[in-house]
Amino acid sequence: MIGLGPAHLVGIGGAVGAVARHAVYLRLASDPDDGLPLSTLAVNVAGSFVLGLVAFAGAGESAMQFLGIGVCGSFTTFSSFSVETVRLWEASERRLALVSAAGNLVCALSAIGLARLVATALF
Amino acid sequence: MARHPLARLETVALVAIGGFAGANLRFLVAGFLPETVTVLVVNVVGSFLLGFLVYEARYTGIVDPTARVVFTTGVLSSLTTYSTFALQAALAARPLGVAAVVTGNYGLGFAGVLVGRTVAAAVRNRRARA
Repeated sequence: MIGLGPAHLVGIGGAVGAVARHAVYLRLASDPDDGLPLSTLAVNVAGSFVLGLVAFAGAGESAMQFLGIGVCGSFTTFSSFSVETVRLWEASERRLALVSAAGNLVCALSAIGLARLVATALF
Repeated sequence: MARHPLARLETVALVAIGGFAGANLRFLVAGFLPETVTVLVVNVVGSFLLGFLVYEARYTGIVDPTARVVFTTGVLSSLTTYSTFALQAALAARPLGVAAVVTGNYGLGFAGVLVGRTVAAAVRNRRARA
């Protein structure tokens, strides 16, 4: 990664994260008006776990820019989460909207807690 | 829906370019603002813009589908982030800090979507009158 400026590290990481997220959405595609948006939950929880690993492993500045800000930052998404949750609420799927809001948070925080345990054991 | 492999490749390239731009835009904002404020700002602005585009697609559909993929899946989903938000919530020093991070992003993010919906409805009404 030596020789690449921060904007390139973040940008290339961002491109990788976005394409990987797109691939997950194609595999886990679900009707947006029906059921819990599992693809968003999956990318947010997996991305939070990896970001936790990178952070708790004490990664250097370049690794943080590429993996943390770039890959994990782009792989996970807040905008899709918020729009899907609001649309569930509007569709009178209030329980599912609450499950989406609480589920993303609880699972992402648990993933970060797990990442801390793994990083402490490994590094 | 069978699509030509090249068309699929084009979508992937557009998502990659959008991801490059979105992540850099977030990184750029981080150069000017503290980390928690950066995440809040990109998440609220991104939720507003995605809300507008999603409801605009339902109401009028002016925006070209290809441009929509670049903006929604590429730029906006990469501009906004859940992982850094979750890490900030996990590392917040006090319970009050956790509550501020969570209610700030959730409350203003959902509000952003509703404002986007309102703007999309206003665009529809303008076009209906025109």
